[in-house]
Amino acid sequence: MNKVKQNAWEAIADISDNCTLMLGGFGLCGIPENCIAALVKKGLKGLTCISNNAGVDDFGIGLMLQQKQVKKMISSYVGENAEFERQLLSGELEVELIPQGTLAERCRAAGAGIPAFFTPAGVGTEVAEGKETREFNGKTYLMEYAFDADFAIVKAWKGDKHGNLVYKDTARNFNPMMAAAGKITIAEVEELVEPGELDPNEIHTPGIFVHCIFQGENYEKRIEQRTVRTRE
Amino acid sequence: MLDKFGIAKRIARELQDGYYVNLGIGIPTLVANYIPEGVAVVLQSENGLLGMGPFPWEGEEDADLINAGKQTITMTQGASLFDSATSFGMIRAGKVDLTVLGAMEVSDSGDIANWKIPGKMVKGMGGAMDLVASAKNIIVAMQHVNKAGESKLLPSCSLPITGLKCVKKVVTELGVFEITHRGFELKEIAPGVTIDEVKAKTLGRLVVEGEIPEVQI
Repeated sequence: MNKVKQNAWEAIADISDNCTLMLGGFGLCGIPENCIAALVKKGLKGLTCISNNAGVDDFGIGLMLQQKQVKKMISSYVGENAEFERQLLSGELEVELIPQGTLAERCRAAGAGIPAFFTPAGVGTEVAEGKETREFNGKTYLMEYAFDADFAIVKAWKGDKHGNLVYKDTARNFNPMMAAAGKITIAEVEELVEPGELDPNEIHTPGIFVHCIFQGENYEKRIEQRTVRTRE
Repeated sequence: MLDKFGIAKRIARELQDGYYVNLGIGIPTLVANYIPEGVAVVLQSENGLLGMGPFPWEGEEDADLINAGKQTITMTQGASLFDSATSFGMIRAGKVDLTVLGAMEVSDSGDIANWKIPGKMVKGMGGAMDLVASAKNIIVAMQHVNKAGESKLLPSCSLPITGLKCVKKVVTELGVFEITHRGFELKEIAPGVTIDEVKAKTLGRLVVEGEIPEVQI
């Protein structure tokens, strides 16, 4: 078993133009910074990106938007990114906005062998247009499909060489479901350890879902909204 | 008239001991500052945390620990962390006792619009559609009129809908309104506000019956 890559450049080597990618993270928290930087450097085009947010203008997926690498974004919330909003309103960028819980569940379903499911989110709204509905116990639900992504790119706190992953705090967010959902899953971690060093009781993503792993470097971990209490 | 802190204080009186509560961005976030004494609630942040605590002390902020508004936060004793699918699982399964949201418009049948102004502003629905589709108890905290002075309490929403027939109560600077099959029922009125002002600023069906007490905060 050899899942270990030297760096992000090597890890993303198989990704080509027009691929569908899942990228973990909520806002800038728990995003695969190293892989995003490598995707920008590689200059891939026509990408479809499934990610809860689209970064900010100069960080995260925002960097890929700046280079016009993204053909379509599938997200739940895109506020705080002026370039994204501009590309969306001008029609340069195709955008599918979907409820956050639906986004999470469409990832989860893909990693759980479930082709579709019913959710109440979005009933009676634009989100429901063209979708099959069904009533259960007197309440209406929408049918939503599992995502189909070529690659999932996730960020974890620690990982071992078998691909077992542990996330930290709210940097977990979409990463575990996306890790399970990718046809090929690439994990970048802050600390790569030997098998046996992680407590099996505390592993969030079992290594079976992860195809390649590397230890990232120079994590910026930018904070979007720095809110603090000041000592009097 | 209530200011935004007054609106938050009034909503905080709806909290009951043992409640799991999800607070949206804006005025709803302020509710956390006015939790009544003797009432213990657990705040849910839909990006994957139960037991959200106050903002960190300066210098102790951690990029890996944020709330759904992307603000740096802390965790309370007894907090738990989970992924986004689990988070929305607990929301859809009705485990969250109270949801407080902001809104651009609310209709007199309880519809809410708060995610998009066509052609002008698209931020996305985030978790709002999931929350309003399943929450047992939804309170909207908002200004009664928009920047142009037009009523936000309407017969039907003009903006794209977030959810249908889901809002139970609205608290604005003018008062507290329960939404029933009869429309917006004025239950409490803010200090210094007249019934005529409420009537003038409410386009949806308004019910004013009997003596209306003043809002207590």
